[in-house]
Amino acid sequence: MIVLDVLTGGLLLAALFFFVAGTVGLLRFPDLYSRLHALTKADNVGLGLTVLALMLQAESWPEVFKLGLIWVLVLVASATVCFLIGNEAYRRGVKPWTNLHAGSSGRESAPSELGKKLEPTHVGCYDETEGRISP
Amino acid sequence: MSALYFSMAVALLLTMILGLGHVFRQPGRADSLLAALLFGSTGVALVLVLGQGLGMARALDIALVFALLAAVLGVAFVLRGWPDDDSKEDPKP
Repeated sequence: MIVLDVLTGGLLLAALFFFVAGTVGLLRFPDLYSRLHALTKADNVGLGLTVLALMLQAESWPEVFKLGLIWVLVLVASATVCFLIGNEAYRRGVKPWTNLHAGSSGRESAPSELGKKLEPTHVGCYDETEGRISP
Repeated sequence: MSALYFSMAVALLLTMILGLGHVFRQPGRADSLLAALLFGSTGVALVLVLGQGLGMARALDIALVFALLAAVLGVAFVLRGWPDDDSKEDPKP
């Protein structure tokens, strides 16, 4: 049982790492598409590791099955919603962020982005003029 | 062992609050839809971990409902509730 508990703890810690990574991506990534990516990929890996950790503690096989079912359902749902959001955003003309047009001021380059802690919502976002880059 | 679950739940709640703080700073935009995805993944994990920590077998059902609701909410928002303002603001080059 000790081995199982240690395994559960390790898996939960790994899951927490992925959840934090997803949230950091949501906070720091420059446009809608990359934020979608962070949420739907990293967070689903975190949920998968959580489910795995809880499976080790489950008391019956139906419980294990149910946990797996929850994860698969979330996977399918978030993949579907991610595709729908991305597709609709692209159809409405939300341009993906690109760093090719950073220019001499370097406004959209990573170093100046990093300097503005948690206030980059007007730099490189999809809904600002910088985010809808015209060639 | 349950201390581990509770601290995991608190950490998940913190990441969720951080993410929601970002989402609510941009009201009316498509980013608010990311809240649905956040509840669909982090929220489900939070419910599962809390249920294990409290010894509630019902938490599995609650997590299933959360996952289903997140999917339905996302699809409904994209199909019917997407705000038009973010495309109107766009000055066409």
